[in-house]
Amino acid sequence: MSKAEIISWYRIYEMFKFQSFHMYGVIGSAIVLGMLCMFLFRKKIVKTFEGNEIYIAPKKLGIYRNLFGGILFGLGWALAGACPGPMFVLIGKGVVSILVVIFGATLGAFLYGYFKDRLPH
Amino acid sequence: MMEFISQPWAWYVAGPIIALIMFLLYYFGERFGVSSNLETFCSIGGAGKFVDYFKVDWKKNSWNLVFVAGGITGGFIATHWLTPSNTINLNPQTIQDLAAIGIKNAGASYLPDEIFSLDTLLTFKGFIILLIAGVLVGFGARWAGGCTSGHAIVGLSNLELPSLISVIGFFVGGLIMTWLILPLIF
Repeated sequence: MSKAEIISWYRIYEMFKFQSFHMYGVIGSAIVLGMLCMFLFRKKIVKTFEGNEIYIAPKKLGIYRNLFGGILFGLGWALAGACPGPMFVLIGKGVVSILVVIFGATLGAFLYGYFKDRLPH
Repeated sequence: MMEFISQPWAWYVAGPIIALIMFLLYYFGERFGVSSNLETFCSIGGAGKFVDYFKVDWKKNSWNLVFVAGGITGGFIATHWLTPSNTINLNPQTIQDLAAIGIKNAGASYLPDEIFSLDTLLTFKGFIILLIAGVLVGFGARWAGGCTSGHAIVGLSNLELPSLISVIGFFVGGLIMTWLILPLIF
């Protein structure tokens, strides 16, 4: 992640400005190859090293959950310039400020758990 | 070889590596998704005492924590030994747009000082921006049921409708922030 600069705030900004193909290429090529993996898993051509079938738990569907949750996530993603994975890579890079973002994200997850029953899903 | 590793990696190197990591995680009977770790942190921190939702056996998610630890280690190694230059080669238009909204020296390092420098962190506004960004990411990801890894990469690969809706949401939020809100902040 560090090496392909996808932990850079600027790479996220330019993605949302449609000024570079880089992030679309990274995510897009991961998805295309991911589809191949999923196909191999579903057809049981590839199993786990213990020989079990690989089952991808389906995501929960809910227009409010996915859309509103997604929008809030997107707002945070573009502001922080990092999604949860890169945040941790940035700790390794020695960025002290990212600890506040991670604390905030943990707090956000806690708040979600707290308000879960009162939110539309 | 070292020369190749030291260069910034192109998308067609990084994307397939991400897919490979996902493949290996599933091959070893695990799953690929980072934002669920945030809930694990809550559980470890004792949030189960306040909210039943966090009363889970977090040890079964411990592999996911190892993944996070690996991310931190990888960031450290890449930064200290494999990245000769910290500049980001940006589109001149991007640099100009950023200067117009008050972010100077775009691309001089991985992150803008206006958001991430220690001086900014120690101001009230700077601290609040970082905290709010984090809360939005954490709350949004858990509400939507995943983040870039779980929804955009695994979910879209698996042709799941919830993930498609979520990723559309990610973009709606991201575009609003980038085009409408960021210009007002700095």
